[in-house]
Amino acid sequence: MYKWIHQFGSPKYFYDVSFRVSFWCGVVCVIFLLAGLYGGLVLAPADYQQGDSFRIIYIHVPSAWMSMFVYMVMAVSGGISLIWRIKVNEVIARSAAPLGASFTFLALATGSLWGKPMWGAWWVWDARLTSELILLFLYLGYMALVSAFEDRRTGARAGAILALVGVVNIPIIHYSVEWWNTLHQGPTVTKFSSPSIHTSMLIPLLLMWIGFMCYFFSVLMIRARAEILEYEANASWVRDLVNQSAKRRSI
Amino acid sequence: MTSLFLGTLQRDLKLAFRRRSELANPLVFFVVVITLFPFAFGANAELIQLLSAGMIWIAALLASTLSLDGMFRSDYEDGCLDDLILASSPLGLLVLAKILSHWLINGIPLIIVSVLAGLLLSLSADTVLALCVTLLIGTPVLSLLGAITVALTVGLRNAGMLLSLILLPLYMPVLIFSVVAVDNARAGLPYTAELYFLAGILVLALTLCPLATAAAIRVRMS
Repeated sequence: MYKWIHQFGSPKYFYDVSFRVSFWCGVVCVIFLLAGLYGGLVLAPADYQQGDSFRIIYIHVPSAWMSMFVYMVMAVSGGISLIWRIKVNEVIARSAAPLGASFTFLALATGSLWGKPMWGAWWVWDARLTSELILLFLYLGYMALVSAFEDRRTGARAGAILALVGVVNIPIIHYSVEWWNTLHQGPTVTKFSSPSIHTSMLIPLLLMWIGFMCYFFSVLMIRARAEILEYEANASWVRDLVNQSAKRRSI
Repeated sequence: MTSLFLGTLQRDLKLAFRRRSELANPLVFFVVVITLFPFAFGANAELIQLLSAGMIWIAALLASTLSLDGMFRSDYEDGCLDDLILASSPLGLLVLAKILSHWLINGIPLIIVSVLAGLLLSLSADTVLALCVTLLIGTPVLSLLGAITVALTVGLRNAGMLLSLILLPLYMPVLIFSVVAVDNARAGLPYTAELYFLAGILVLALTLCPLATAAAIRVRMS
């Protein structure tokens, strides 16, 4: 078992395997996204109150879930890279950050598109919105820090510490923001207290969520492969790879 | 172990007092930022009082972020950070001494000046007391959280910008609880619950931040 896990720590092995992971995740992603979109946009009935505009949850909710999940991936992977100094984990944490930031941005953007007709405002200082915005700032801070280092490995490890600090902080920030908002309750109230969603609406949502997950892993692998080539630019296996593809092109 | 802790503390305090003019800079900045707000919102006494807690706290956050910038810089440049890593005491403890000295040099004067700021904004004595207590509990958290970030960014191009970009979102909980506490005091309501929350955050930061800062220094110096 340990040996099986251990081989993933080798950049070359990871590079070979990740192509297949990326490909199959991509295939599953396309299938589930198409099924979820068909189910969500065509099959699911319109909401009795919100009409058709509720359908934006099929993008909004999965991206909000992903925004938190990706941060956890980043932090866990960063933690592993700090403890065992595994290069592959550094690469994964680095490559996950821009994806997480874009999921967070997508959640915010779709949320405000939905908020305009529903609440009458693009932006409300609601607890959930505000903590999502702070999450975006945390992602941007991580990316700024990691890219400020000339040495990739130092940058990745500094970023890992920051990601772990963020993991401890996110619950505190979330609950303090929630608490702040309940004291300053504004004119708008988000009423999601009874999460009673009909099965015909829920199933497409879950399909979309699986699709988003597979999309994330597929693109994460593509990004990680590119990063690993840059990390290992001086390794012999990368040079062989480049020579081979150059030869193939010349033929 | 304690002697090295005290030695580091003493050294940092002595170094800071040798450069007295630099000591005053964050305080002057603090007062200048507070003076800007009435210009931006108009000299309406009621409105200013309504915003006073937030104004003073935002000025305190900015001032402490600015003062943090120099926390490890000279040690990084002259190689003292390497010596700290090689010292016989645990690095976290020595880092704690540096954080403590930073707070003594920057936090305490800020609290004293905030009394003046309170008078400037014509706050009542109770409100000023609440403000001072929140600053007393809150500013150590700022120094502790700041130490991690400074350790990560020291010596980088653009370190100051990066520092505030990373740090200010992390300050959010301290800002929220402090401002609510001061506002409650102004309205004559009890504010002990907010103080307990702040104290809880301080204890958590006191336990975890020195270790995280030590890890950050090790990463930077490796």
